[in-house]
Amino acid sequence: MTGDPMTDGPMTDGPMTDEELHELADKQAALGEVRGVPAPDPVNIPMIRHWLAAMGDQNPAYLDKGVAPPAMAQVWTMQGPRATAKDRSPVDDMMAALNAGGYTGVVATNCEQTYHRYARLGERLTPATRFSGLAGPKRTALGVGFFATWNVTWYAEDDEPVAEMLFRVLKFRPPARKTTKDPYPLQPAINQDTAFFWEGVKEGELRIQSCADCGLLRHPPGPLCPHCRSTGRSHTVVSGRGTLYSYVVHHHPPVPGRETPFVVGVVELPEGVRIVGNVVDCPPEEVRIGMSLRVTYRRMDDELVLPMWTPGEP
Amino acid sequence: MLSGRTAIAGIGATEFSKKSGRSELRLAAEAVLSALDDAGLSPADVDGMVTYSQDSNQEIAVARETGIGDLTFFSRVEYGGGAACGTVAHAAMAVATGMARNVVCYRAFNERSGRRFGQPNSRLTGEPTSQGLEMSWHVPFGLMTPAAWVAMFARRYMHRYNATSEDFGRVAVAMRRHAATNPAAWFHQRPITLEEHQASRWIVEPLHLLDCCQESDGAVALVVTSAERARDLRRSPAVITAAAQGSGAGQMMMTSYYRDDMSGLPEMSLVGRQLWEMSGLSPRDIQTAILYDHFTPFVLAQLEELGFCGRGEAPELLKDGGIELDGRLPVNPHGGQLGEAYIHGMNGIAEAVRQIRGTAANQLPAVAHVLVTAGTGVPTSGLILSAG
Repeated sequence: MTGDPMTDGPMTDGPMTDEELHELADKQAALGEVRGVPAPDPVNIPMIRHWLAAMGDQNPAYLDKGVAPPAMAQVWTMQGPRATAKDRSPVDDMMAALNAGGYTGVVATNCEQTYHRYARLGERLTPATRFSGLAGPKRTALGVGFFATWNVTWYAEDDEPVAEMLFRVLKFRPPARKTTKDPYPLQPAINQDTAFFWEGVKEGELRIQSCADCGLLRHPPGPLCPHCRSTGRSHTVVSGRGTLYSYVVHHHPPVPGRETPFVVGVVELPEGVRIVGNVVDCPPEEVRIGMSLRVTYRRMDDELVLPMWTPGEP
Repeated sequence: MLSGRTAIAGIGATEFSKKSGRSELRLAAEAVLSALDDAGLSPADVDGMVTYSQDSNQEIAVARETGIGDLTFFSRVEYGGGAACGTVAHAAMAVATGMARNVVCYRAFNERSGRRFGQPNSRLTGEPTSQGLEMSWHVPFGLMTPAAWVAMFARRYMHRYNATSEDFGRVAVAMRRHAATNPAAWFHQRPITLEEHQASRWIVEPLHLLDCCQESDGAVALVVTSAERARDLRRSPAVITAAAQGSGAGQMMMTSYYRDDMSGLPEMSLVGRQLWEMSGLSPRDIQTAILYDHFTPFVLAQLEELGFCGRGEAPELLKDGGIELDGRLPVNPHGGQLGEAYIHGMNGIAEAVRQIRGTAANQLPAVAHVLVTAGTGVPTSGLILSAG
């Protein structure tokens, strides 16, 4: 449970529309081929030996002839987990924008490599990336998403292309999980006389019924004003301050959806009514009749928010 | 007027246990037949039946089992244990007005081995009925057991009058002392000390385990008839000198937290005023009081509301065994619900009848008038029964 049940926090930049995503894709493609940072190490025997062992490739030709297996192209320029020099590419901004748009899922769908020649021992390769297209949104089995495609070419020091790769990913929006919390077992019954209260707490308001005619405040609410018989009902959003009038510390028996011990209090509002709620953020042994409280809102499940009370200044 | 026109002529009960091993209907039938035998009446004499609205045995089912035939009056009384004396009040009204001649009141349940009232029940708020809505201001916060509802009042009472947990404990000690010498009591021969009360675990602060009454299986039945007819029956009558029900302004079922100062029981005050007025008696005319004791704190509030002491003075009255058998006002000589059994207050009415008859296990001397109350914290009821 967190302090603010209403949102997960504001986004610093709003998500892009589909149209804006395509505009960004066009912009990134227009950058053309962008050179990256050269490989940290030249093509070398230890890396080739590790790679061959990992792949189970027993062909002796590579080491005999001093060349790297072509499929190792990516290996030479792959950033390590502690890379410090960020190798920017036109793909990065596109991926960030898709993530911000909620297309956080990723799955590689295509990888086509073209080999021009062997890379030789001692050569230091440099990658160059060209963003080549965005397609979507498309409905897929994984969810709605965009296909993003880019090409990488590895150059030797003589600017001769050694290998090329076309890479395509599906960036998709993961289906919303049905519930983020188990349904809270202690649900209130709600009808047309009481709905305003529960809608209020969902919006972070403590609403107390007030008679539209005589102004009498009343809690718990009901269909008529017992003072003037008016059925004209309104409500006041009260200050959210209160004083503890009485309380209990529940130990036994266990209560569904609750961890014992917990505190329930009768809170007297300065507006003149009493209301029942939990006293939270305070050890039970420090709870006292007369203590100042302020309302807080706790999300119990996807639907229910309960008003609770936390120690506060008078 | 109702006063003096009707009487309780018979009482009957099953044994009090934690597991009766029998259906609730069977318990009801056994208690009803036992009460009729006690009165010297046959099932064919019965033409009226009253029970609690919470009882799971319909009047017609109990009538079928016991051979009771035509019924001209049947009624139910609401609000849990608050119904106890109300069943007798309804029966007395029916007899006094000629709606029925002989009315059986009963309460039967397997409250320990079956559905236990003290356990949380999330269905309390299942439907937007008036009660479901009322509960919805409390149950979502986990405030959903009778002990918790009562504890909220108890804490305020302590604050208002500087009362302590020991003050509540003296009620439990007295009840267990009385039960110790009542062979029908579950806690027969098992008295407790105040230290044991204080050491018992918290249920809902400020209530310890030993502030809470037990849970029981069992049944009690009573036969109400005219005072005149009762005098011709087997037993000496317990005359219904006064009977009353009471619900206060802003009343709720156990959670009347939104009115007054929360340190009293206005509905019991209302019952008391009616009882004194109808009977012409006053607290000093009462030899023993049967006060509903599902939780100890409300015994204090009742002593005050009924005028046995002033407001805030119950702790003083309780000191030095004030409500024990040899005290200023012996309360619940049978051990009450804390000591004898929890039959929703009906066993207390039977004890009042025994005290009038002079046949109680812990018989008090020269009992002329007994005051009986029903469930507290709910709309309630009361009786004054008299010898004669």
